Amino acid sequence: MAIVSTPSKACTINPLKMSQPIGGALAFMGLRGAMPVLHGSQGCTSFGLTLFVRHFKEAVPLQTTAMSEVTTVLGGYENIEQAILNIHHRTKPEIIGICSTGVTETNGDDIDGYIKLIRKTHPQLANFPLVHVSTPDFKDAFQDGWEKAVARMVEALVRAPTSEAERDPARVNVLPGCHLTPADLDEVRTILEDFGLKPSFLPDLAGSLDGHIPDEFKSTTIGGIGIEEIASMGQSGWTIAIGAQMRRAAEAMQTRTGVPFRLFERLCGLIPNDEFIAFLSEISGRPVPTKYRRQRGQLADAMLDAHFHIGGRKLAIGAEPDLLFDLSSMLHDMGAQVTAAVTTTPSPVLERVRTKEVLIGDLEDLEERARRGNCDLLITHSHGRQAAARLKIPFHRAGFPMFDRIGAGHQLSVGYRGTRDLIFHIANLLIADREENHQPQPDSWRTSMSPLGSSGRSFVDATESSIA
Amino acid sequence: MSSLSARILDVFNEPGCAKNADKSEADRKKGCTKQPKPGSAAGGCAFDGAKIALQPFTDVAHLVHGPIACEGNSWDNRGSASSGASIWRTGFTTDMNETDIVFGGEKRLYKAIREILEKYNPAAIFVYQTCIPAMIGDDIHAVCKAASQKFGKPVIPVNSPGFVGSKNLGNKLAGQALLDHVIGTEEPDHTTPCDINLIGEYNLSGELWQVKPLFDELGIRILSCISGDGKYREVASSHRARAAMLVCSKSMINVARKMQERYGIPFFEGSFYGIQDSSNALRNLARVLVERGAPADLIGRTEAVIAREEARAWAEIGSYRPRLAGKRALLITGGVKSWSVPAALQEAGLELVGTSVKKSTDEDKERIKQRMGQDVHMIDDMAPRDMYKMLKGAKADIMLSGGKSQFVALKAAMPWLDINQERSHAYMGYLGIVKLVEEIDKALYNPMWEQLRRPAPWDDTARDGHPMALARTDGQAAETPALLEPSRRAKRVCLCNTVDRGTIEDAIRFHGLTSVEAVREHTDAYGGCCRRRIQDILRAMSVSEPPAMRQAAE
Repeated sequence: MAIVSTPSKACTINPLKMSQPIGGALAFMGLRGAMPVLHGSQGCTSFGLTLFVRHFKEAVPLQTTAMSEVTTVLGGYENIEQAILNIHHRTKPEIIGICSTGVTETNGDDIDGYIKLIRKTHPQLANFPLVHVSTPDFKDAFQDGWEKAVARMVEALVRAPTSEAERDPARVNVLPGCHLTPADLDEVRTILEDFGLKPSFLPDLAGSLDGHIPDEFKSTTIGGIGIEEIASMGQSGWTIAIGAQMRRAAEAMQTRTGVPFRLFERLCGLIPNDEFIAFLSEISGRPVPTKYRRQRGQLADAMLDAHFHIGGRKLAIGAEPDLLFDLSSMLHDMGAQVTAAVTTTPSPVLERVRTKEVLIGDLEDLEERARRGNCDLLITHSHGRQAAARLKIPFHRAGFPMFDRIGAGHQLSVGYRGTRDLIFHIANLLIADREENHQPQPDSWRTSMSPLGSSGRSFVDATESSIA
Repeated sequence: MSSLSARILDVFNEPGCAKNADKSEADRKKGCTKQPKPGSAAGGCAFDGAKIALQPFTDVAHLVHGPIACEGNSWDNRGSASSGASIWRTGFTTDMNETDIVFGGEKRLYKAIREILEKYNPAAIFVYQTCIPAMIGDDIHAVCKAASQKFGKPVIPVNSPGFVGSKNLGNKLAGQALLDHVIGTEEPDHTTPCDINLIGEYNLSGELWQVKPLFDELGIRILSCISGDGKYREVASSHRARAAMLVCSKSMINVARKMQERYGIPFFEGSFYGIQDSSNALRNLARVLVERGAPADLIGRTEAVIAREEARAWAEIGSYRPRLAGKRALLITGGVKSWSVPAALQEAGLELVGTSVKKSTDEDKERIKQRMGQDVHMIDDMAPRDMYKMLKGAKADIMLSGGKSQFVALKAAMPWLDINQERSHAYMGYLGIVKLVEEIDKALYNPMWEQLRRPAPWDDTARDGHPMALARTDGQAAETPALLEPSRRAKRVCLCNTVDRGTIEDAIRFHGLTSVEAVREHTDAYGGCCRRRIQDILRAMSVSEPPAMRQAAE
């Protein structure tokens, strides 16, 4: 059991956390023909947009209600009305998703009320899909924004089935957490299809932000799940939720449509994938295809080859709760010690992270703990680059944003295959670091306290932070 | 907030701005930023602008007072370079939570300042106000003043919350904060008759260092650069400079003008983008410095350096000119770059098919006209869709713009080059222009484009000639085959000599041509980079037309 703690400092230094509204906006980007809007000042959108563009290296649709000082005082009704009308007229979207921000939550805009009024005044919008999510910046984090937005989509867009006869047992809803990349979604899709299942992903970033070249230029999203498909998700036989953050949406789906769900908190690692594949075999009534039996063997072999390098290594990881839980558990299962763990927001999985303490903090906290614990590997998003350079340890970029390397959308870490490749990648980082920085010297063994030579790392000094 | 609105009015009332001077009294009061349109706005807020303008001060801790969005979503995203301190790249924010909003965030801000001083001991702390603390009435001026007095370190309030306006207004409010609280508060260790200030230069990708060796050679000392690779003490003592150069014309004109007013430091506007502009800038600097008492031989020495550098740069660019001559560039950027970059492009032989003037002042526009002639296409506000059309319609060979619009070009399989703040190359001075030309050449002549523009072998060849699956983009043309035909025939096959598909097909049909070389003889098609396309046409026609017809034609 890890203790979850919050530091008592007033100044956040090198933030790990990003804001809730852009997490919500990203969820809308997995819908076809969508235009997410942040109800706030134009900077709120501009910062988010730049971050998404730098991460995905794609054009990203994101608009703003462009609140000014005056409209903030007077209330944002007119700005929302104008924004919706403008977008509806100019970009012809299939859905508009509205996320509130700190500014408009502080002045208390009643967005649901506004939307009702707008629908009444403008008959062309009477049945147009407008989904609003409340996501103030001064609470929660990126992952929470995603969680709330997907839950709201289920409530607002999924139709309750009228009769049991409509159900199609081969259809499966997949509710992925925001820690899954487009490549991860495609991997899950392939696996499901190999069992003869027909998946619907809500949201489906692999359809919109996977880097494909669209047939024509659009200022809305260029792919993703369509409104009709979302509406019919109530006909599915099962819902698969990936990551604890998706429990809320899965429960909303069950309440609304009666579709039962199974939550997979992790999809990285041998045992989690055994459970996943076994479940698919069970619900599809099909035996596990040879392909996955072979992949399982390959993963087992990768674990054998890599455990020499990963075993005993001390890991510092900073990520949003579900990603933190997934990656740290997998590496713990490979024999690594989770020495420093920092996250952004509370979650039920945190106390099950295999370490002594999980801190809801920032990258300064992570860097400090990594230094104190003589960590061998840093895992966090791109903002960890300065810390990694100062710590002089290998750095694996994971999570959002990854703006200083390319291919963020295609980084794969789920399934047997994804786990295998990730294990190779991390083991290779450690091998390269050993070759470059820890070659044995004539004096390496003279002082018995520092088995790794020049680095001065000592297993005797290091606290055993990992618990079995 | 009254002091902030007074300050905004003051910033808007800028006599140094020609645009402003032309306005009526009433218009001037309204200010110069257009209210952004909800649902179709782009660009950053005033806080963003203030942070951009000041963050390059390298030994200062930049503390953002607001909820996580303002700093958490944006920190460490600028490409400025530092020759020393790294504290400017550390993200500091009060990360205000619900409790702070209910009870006020001043206490947290004060504590945050203390923590930063204890842990990092920076030369100064700049505190940025954001929307929410402005709404709930946090008085950052009072907090900064109290903290300054208590800890004996400069703690500077930058009052530029996002919702007061655009990025540009934020630049100016940042400049105002420097004027109010920083400039003139310290004295330099020593002064020289050749001390200058660079205002509005951000040292992106370290580009200032492409020019600085020339200053060093001439004995011109940069007393303070506002703000690229700048240090707090330098800007605090910048009032002792002999002359100033305003580098980014729009963003900090208030700083240059008020420093002239207060301290008698003359300034001129200039740029180091392109050979001509670099030479003019050096010349102007030498002239102004000599007028203010620098040794008269500075002018002669400057001319010698200019002559040497120009000769070297021209020689290097010369080798590219045959490859770039006649290539058409579309430039989407703002302000100073709208007239300084085109000059550079023209030097390399490129043609400019359009330049955006959305963020340019009237003066900028006038300069564009002077340099490019009256008929240059000035684009006020181009929707991404239209940029895409322009590129798809092969009306331009390369687009130069900022990162946010890059995919418009790249998805049309057209070369693109980043010339805004996120770029990773430095393009300043005589070295920079050569670098820019080299990058354009690399982008244009990458063999990748040829592969990308070929359709997949299983795709319909009738709608080829265009990138990947993009052929349908012409939208309305796709309706009937009859309508499709002219546009199909009008597609350019040879981009170098502008030969369309129809011409080549006619030549093949009429003369019964079977090889690329034969096509080259009968048309202007060059057969170089379009070799594969011509081969495809030959292949398609030999399949689609009966051999008898070809024999008859022979």
